[in-house]
Amino acid sequence: MIRAAASALWSHWRRHPVQLVTLLAGIALAAGLWSAVQAINAEARASYAKAAAQIGADRLDRLSRTDGGPISVEDYVTLRRSGWQVAAVLQDRLRLNDTVVTVTGIDLVAWSDLPAITEGIATTAITPAEALTAPGLVFARPETAQTLRDHPGFPPVVNTDALPLGRVLTDIGVAEKLLNRPGQITHLLVLPDQPFGAPDLAEVAPDLTWHAARGTQDIARLTNSFHLNLTAFGLLSFVVGLFIVHGTIGLAFEQRRPMIRTLRALGLPLSVLTRLVLLELLALALAGGLVGLLLGYLVAASLLPDVAVTLRGLYGAPVEDSLALRPAWLASGLAMAVAGTLLASAQALWRFSNLPILAAPGQHGWSARPRAMKTQSLAGLSAILIGLAAFALFDGLVAGFALMAGCLLGATLLLPPVLAVGLMAADRLAHGPVAEWFVADMRAQLPSLSLALMALLLALAANIGVGTMVASFRLTFDGWLDQRLTSTLYVTARDDAQGAALAKWMAPRADAVLPIRSVEISSDAHPLFVYGIVDHDSYREHWPLIAAGADVWDRVTTGQAALVNEQMARRDGLWPGSVVTLAPGWELPVAGVYSDYGNPTGQAIVALDLLLMHFPNVPNTRFGVHLPMDRAAQLAEDLGRDFGLPPDAVILQGALKAQSRAIFEKTFVVTGALNVLTLGVAGFAILTSLLTLWTQRLPQLAPVWALGLTRAQLARLELWRALALATMTAVLALPLGLLLAWLLLAVVNVAAFGWRLPMHLFPYDWLRLFTLALITAGLAATLPALRLRRLPPAHLLKVFANER
Amino acid sequence: MLLTVDHVTKTYPGGPPVLQGATLSMSAGETIALTGESGSGKSTLLHLIAALDRFDAGEIAVDGISLSALDDHGRAAVRRDRVAVVFQQFNLIPTLTVGQNLSFHARLANRLDPGWVDEIASRLGLQDLLARYPENLSGGQQQRVAIGRAMAVRPKLLLADEPTGNLDETTAGAVLDLMLDLVRTSGTALLLVTHSQAVAARLDRHAHLAGGRVT
Ligand SMILES: Nc1ncnc2c1ncn2[C@@H]1O[C@H](COP(=O)(O)OP(=O)(O)OP(=O)(O)O)[C@@H](O)[C@H]1O
Ligand SMILES: [Mg+2]
Repeated sequence: MIRAAASALWSHWRRHPVQLVTLLAGIALAAGLWSAVQAINAEARASYAKAAAQIGADRLDRLSRTDGGPISVEDYVTLRRSGWQVAAVLQDRLRLNDTVVTVTGIDLVAWSDLPAITEGIATTAITPAEALTAPGLVFARPETAQTLRDHPGFPPVVNTDALPLGRVLTDIGVAEKLLNRPGQITHLLVLPDQPFGAPDLAEVAPDLTWHAARGTQDIARLTNSFHLNLTAFGLLSFVVGLFIVHGTIGLAFEQRRPMIRTLRALGLPLSVLTRLVLLELLALALAGGLVGLLLGYLVAASLLPDVAVTLRGLYGAPVEDSLALRPAWLASGLAMAVAGTLLASAQALWRFSNLPILAAPGQHGWSARPRAMKTQSLAGLSAILIGLAAFALFDGLVAGFALMAGCLLGATLLLPPVLAVGLMAADRLAHGPVAEWFVADMRAQLPSLSLALMALLLALAANIGVGTMVASFRLTFDGWLDQRLTSTLYVTARDDAQGAALAKWMAPRADAVLPIRSVEISSDAHPLFVYGIVDHDSYREHWPLIAAGADVWDRVTTGQAALVNEQMARRDGLWPGSVVTLAPGWELPVAGVYSDYGNPTGQAIVALDLLLMHFPNVPNTRFGVHLPMDRAAQLAEDLGRDFGLPPDAVILQGALKAQSRAIFEKTFVVTGALNVLTLGVAGFAILTSLLTLWTQRLPQLAPVWALGLTRAQLARLELWRALALATMTAVLALPLGLLLAWLLLAVVNVAAFGWRLPMHLFPYDWLRLFTLALITAGLAATLPALRLRRLPPAHLLKVFANER
Repeated sequence: MLLTVDHVTKTYPGGPPVLQGATLSMSAGETIALTGESGSGKSTLLHLIAALDRFDAGEIAVDGISLSALDDHGRAAVRRDRVAVVFQQFNLIPTLTVGQNLSFHARLANRLDPGWVDEIASRLGLQDLLARYPENLSGGQQQRVAIGRAMAVRPKLLLADEPTGNLDETTAGAVLDLMLDLVRTSGTALLLVTHSQAVAARLDRHAHLAGGRVT
């Protein structure tokens, strides 16, 4: 009996293949876009983790010279003799033709983590001796290794997966030769096991400062904003996909009511039926989920290279651009598909399990709707109010997300009532029988189309919100680059001596040579970089101040006050008028706050003389050079020739800006692609609701056709209807999207990253988006419209002949 | 002649021929009852005359207009301006009120006469239902609205396909009385499909459809 019931129940799908395909597509889209985003995020996180795990080196505390200079071999030997477990490191960037790698040379005798690196290597075990004796070995990821092998004279390269991209690990002796920096140590690693009783650092090596490991948390924090965006997109696509599932499942259950009644009248218990239905849903969810995973993998794989470039360029976060298949990802994708399907069918399931055996014939309720609308409006308003209340009660991320969720949910619920009110107004404007019917019919269609329209609203609002945020970010960043990069040329000397020579040499050849000197002051909580500047118009005119007291530059340049960056200002509440503690015992009033995007750490600016008073040994190796643009290239060339400076030590401002901007373009490619995808899903939701409505549609259209409208006219009206509803939805989506953008920029961003981005409006983008939305809705309505146009009259006539 | 049907044939795809040379003519103001067995093609013939479907051969002329030559637009115009149809059921536009339904066809045809619509509404006893939606009406009420809508356009030719087939005997009788009364006073020609000999007897003429021909 159960088998008979099951086959009767499931035969529904055989008779409604479009419904089945729609349902599977809905599940697949929901699971697919969600898991695509998850895959990208997971890949990026794995890359960060890999970078963090690299040789353990970045997880270790370090010692470096307070003045930033190289550590002498004598200091190293003294420290080790006194019992300190430290390993010397020489690290620098190395240019090979057109790529740059970071060479990390570690004293492999002192540092015993080599086995951890060689573990992942397929070939026979490598002994430390091999790595130490000439010509030595270098370790790198296979991708990096390939470039190294192509380079003549490079020591043998061993592949390992334990290193991040672009990193070359080797013994310090090999690194000295590769980098041509004999006898130099950039910093010391403090190894995990320090013996008891070793003397204080201040006693043995007073020049050295201890830096707690910062690891890759900073990268993670910065890139989090990017991942947050992606996740928001993924979640929205998921929800939009669920709308499709909800709609189709509801319809399928509705259409199977008579059959279910018959089965129950024949004596099949409800519990058995419920189990059969659940089984069916599970199977559908798994099938759709599998297709979705495939889809997600393809989307992720095609987007990942751009994402990788963005993250690498924007934050220096190393992300590989190939996608690995992770079992956890597969499992979570399927779990999301199942959970989502069950969630979307909850209402249908509930109705199903409460279905009386005998029921009144289905009511369409053209007239009895106002009460439902009222309930929905109240629910929508409450959602917004709860969001507002949460916003008022909490602060930071929680507040932002609560208001965002409340507004999105509330606006979505309010959409149908608001549209109904709009149509009531349109009703009054409509003249002529066809126009009146058109509006009345649109109102009648609203409940059946509202899910799809809600999906469209969400997709559009998300697009406007995230689009505005990203574009505002770009515009702000662009302007900020112009303000911050005022020097024509940025020059980095090898050491202080060369720095002094350079400054002397450049002075007569340039309009101004501004030293860029800074010191890192570590504190328990947050690292702080203090920069010393000399007075110059370029600061006074261009520096991106977002808050300033009176005579800000006069006070800073004369050493009476300091500037702090926005992150620090927001974090510690330091605004003009407060007092900042730069180092123990060194306090200054705050004269102004400047924006400093992409920098996770605190930063302060004081007069150079003042800085040198506190830290006499601040290295003097970097300079910003002002001179007319047309002479910059020549000077750069001369510098390279006369001082033997490598190409990346002399950077033209234009190149720097171009590089930064190129990275942003990549961000746009990714958000643009996701925009199109979510809109596509919303369009698909419209299409599926129109298709599933098809059978209910004919009795509404046939009388009008019989009274003298052509099928072509009706088809055109169907198209117009979809366009009109989409337009109204788009108009409502605009304020919602802008609110979303404001929340992202002014609340979430500040709470998560410490800086607030000014909001810019991009009407041209909205226009483009609206056009896209209309095209989407139009395309979705085209198929049913064409079908109507070609419909044989005999089908329409059946409406009047058949008993329904 | 108001209507001529001349040797019309019609076959639905994949089925046997339904009409095989059906011929019929009607003059203005005439009322004809069309009878025939179930499946004999009565509804089919009515649909062809109302320009709702196409025939395979022969010719139908309504008010001097030959239907075979018309495209979709021309056929829509015939439906709108020349004929009015009352079906067995589902005549009404579900999204419009009774009042809107009543005047819809007349407004489409650009022949709205509010006084006439009011008169029809009162004669059919619909005055109190005007603001309701069709789904809230009984079957008899719905058919009265359908007849009212057809009459409101003042058609020269009214086609009715078992308009009372879904109603109980008493209601059916009352609805039919109203329709015949309206048709006679306005001089409208009526082609009425019915199974009932009693109904057929009340009309001017009686046509019987059998074997794809009218006798
Ligand atoms: N749309 C259609 N497609 C295919 N065959 C049809 C269609 N409409 C009617 N037929 C067939 O054409 C024949 C005539 O149908 P029609 O509806 O005209 O009969 P009728 O005389 O009106 O019958 P009834 O008294 O039962 O209403 C029947 O055999 C029917 O099956
Ligand atoms: Mg019939």
